[in-house]
Amino acid sequence: MEKITLNIDGKEITGEDGMTILEVARGAGIDIPTLCYHEKLEPYGVCRLCLVEIGTPPRTRLVTSCVYPAADGLVVKTRSERVIQTRKMLLELLLARAPGAKIIKDLAEEYGVTKARLRKTATFCILCGLCVRYCAEIKKADAIGFIGRGIEREVMFIPEIATESCPPCRECFPLCPTGVLESNFRLVQSLLFKK
Amino acid sequence: MPKLKSALELEELREGIVSKRDPSRLCFTVCSGTACLAIGSQPTFAAFEKELEKQGLKDRVDLKPTGCPGFCEQGPIVVVYPQEICYLHVQPEDVAEIISQSMKGQIVERLLYVDPVTGKATSRESDIPFYLYQKRLILGNNRLIDATKIEDYIALGGYKALPKALFDMTPEQVLAEIEKANLRGRGGGGFPTARKWKSTRDAPGEPKYVIVNCDEGDPGAFMNRALMEGNPHSVLEGLTIGAYAMGSHEGFIYVRQEYPLAAENIAIAIKQAEDYGLLGKNILGSGFDFIVKVHKGAGAFISGESSALMNAIEGKVGEPRPKYIHTAEKGLWDKPSCLNNVETWADVPFIINNGAEWFASIGTEGSKGTKIFSLVGKVNNTGLVEVPLGTSLRDIIYRIGGGVSGNKKFKAVQTGGPSGGCIPEQYLDSPVDFDELTKLGAMMGSGGMIVTDEDTCMVDFAKYFVHFLSEESCGKCVPCREGISHMLDILTRITEGKGQATDVQLLEDLARMLKEASLCALGQTAANPVLTTLRYFRPEYDAHINEKRCPAGVCKDLIAFYIEPDKCQACLICARNCPVDAINGGKNLIHVIDQSRCIKCGTCFDVCPPRFGAIKKISGEPVPALILEQDRVIQRKS
Repeated sequence: MEKITLNIDGKEITGEDGMTILEVARGAGIDIPTLCYHEKLEPYGVCRLCLVEIGTPPRTRLVTSCVYPAADGLVVKTRSERVIQTRKMLLELLLARAPGAKIIKDLAEEYGVTKARLRKTATFCILCGLCVRYCAEIKKADAIGFIGRGIEREVMFIPEIATESCPPCRECFPLCPTGVLESNFRLVQSLLFKK
Repeated sequence: MPKLKSALELEELREGIVSKRDPSRLCFTVCSGTACLAIGSQPTFAAFEKELEKQGLKDRVDLKPTGCPGFCEQGPIVVVYPQEICYLHVQPEDVAEIISQSMKGQIVERLLYVDPVTGKATSRESDIPFYLYQKRLILGNNRLIDATKIEDYIALGGYKALPKALFDMTPEQVLAEIEKANLRGRGGGGFPTARKWKSTRDAPGEPKYVIVNCDEGDPGAFMNRALMEGNPHSVLEGLTIGAYAMGSHEGFIYVRQEYPLAAENIAIAIKQAEDYGLLGKNILGSGFDFIVKVHKGAGAFISGESSALMNAIEGKVGEPRPKYIHTAEKGLWDKPSCLNNVETWADVPFIINNGAEWFASIGTEGSKGTKIFSLVGKVNNTGLVEVPLGTSLRDIIYRIGGGVSGNKKFKAVQTGGPSGGCIPEQYLDSPVDFDELTKLGAMMGSGGMIVTDEDTCMVDFAKYFVHFLSEESCGKCVPCREGISHMLDILTRITEGKGQATDVQLLEDLARMLKEASLCALGQTAANPVLTTLRYFRPEYDAHINEKRCPAGVCKDLIAFYIEPDKCQACLICARNCPVDAINGGKNLIHVIDQSRCIKCGTCFDVCPPRFGAIKKISGEPVPALILEQDRVIQRKS
């Protein structure tokens, strides 16, 4: 593997060709928040919290570090004003959706998000897709999937598969950042599953 | 039919077709585009068939169903050649007269286009102002072609560019020509086509794919549809030339399911081109192979996004991919793939035939060629308009579109669909090109143009687009899914009179986040309708929020209807028409509206005779108290 050197937050950080910005940064102990990232899974790039600013002014842009390929000489800012402003708004959105989730409350506190300006749509599932992707990519079981489009999107157990596959597995439960998955599973189990 | 084995055989075929056609022969064409079909052109066409049979003229005159000429407001449209006499709103009962008059060389005056201002009738199609000020390169042949007959396309010089590219030019020369023409993508982004082609060509990996994007889904936009339905071979020829330039041997045409005629006509076109050897193995004996497949979309706006479209073709859910590697390098099945809009592909044969310099002589410095727009909304001449890029919005809306309908005052034009923005009156003289529209906060998009008038509430209008996007967002990334949902929430409460002082700031914060953080262009541009209406029509937002008033009188929660006692003549018309019996009327009794029952449908407002004008729309002020029962009696002079 070819060595590459990036400038992250003013420091020269070395990584390997083929790594993403997130991998290089985390390797050097630089903290970038993520909710939908999992090292065993294909990057999904949907929570958008891992956004970082790349380039040199005036030509800079925000990219998702979990997907963006690291390249030699790349200048990265993980906590620029622009990044922080965007993350704050994202956290406001997530807080409206999963008000009780510890990980989101902690992040909101870290970023100073105190305003509750948005209507709460508390479903507690932030649709990060960790469960769905873990089930599909690692377990190859497809017992859980997305249904609906746009603002109607939901995560749903597929009863026919889940009845058999889920009880002995349960590996996705601890992955859920808000912890809602297990309770949803129990609910579905009591409503739909036939023994 | 035998496969053509050389360019010469194609030319012989063309000569054969043309020699059998007598340009002076009488020919009736009936528009069979979707808009005309919907308005009833099929019965009109059937009436022609029947009448020609009846009059024994079947072998002496021609009858042809054609593609959409664009003047959709006026359908069903019939044009009689060779004089090019254009008849509008043609019903089956008009057909016998058209035929008998045409046989005598006469014109049926009553079916001609009449200028609404001057009252003058125009007989020749191209003299109608709607067409006169257009430059119809791409769309022009629609009205001359039966889309199901490849011979029609060939007779008009179709498939001339293909052998020119295959035999007289190297792939590099084709690419250089497109680059010199400075063709930019017609699907919205305006990305330089040649650069995209070059990336695909140079990207490692085989096979390479070329794809036509016909997932047009912007509200009010139907130009790709008309082209695909009316002249599918022009798209196919452009695609084949592009494939040659990029070294691709397989193409896909992605047509949305909601366009059944487009899917049908392109499938017929592919079959015919294959039969003639214009597609398939060893095209015209050149050694170049190219096949094309049609993929019908399952009905998702988001599938028009390039990576989502490719996912859909692969059989996956049509959702964008969060990748920073261009689809030109890793697209369909991770192979180099070039996706262009229908209209972009259709531009290609023109550039090859006429040369890059000719193409680049049309348009502005940065935007070359023509562009088709679908001009809809509160405009007199609704339809498809093709003009050189750089034409002003004013020319499109007033000279071609005939101005705002119903003598209303122009308010704004929304360009670029849900990703675009509203442009107010003071910018009507701006030239329409990729860069100018972006400067105004709007965008060219695929070419939708929705005209609004003084009766349009801009907050409600922005809400319409945000609502559209809330249903069409794929829901994958947080900013787009959650951001749009909250934006809709805020706009809804503003239009319901529950807006808060902080709402505009919140909308702006959400808009900035959408632009910065969304995964794909749908989310990144989703806030444009809100941002441009905020930029140009801020007082309307303020009136809704601060005064609970809708200046355009649209938002139902903020308006009331009231009968002015001194104007009401107790004619009972409003009372009879009220769908919820909310009007208390009676002979010689001044009518009053029961506000608790009124559903604010506006029927009374519409039906009250203008000479009375007794119904008043009120917004932002309380409804006057009911008049006393004893004052309601009208004393009439006998």
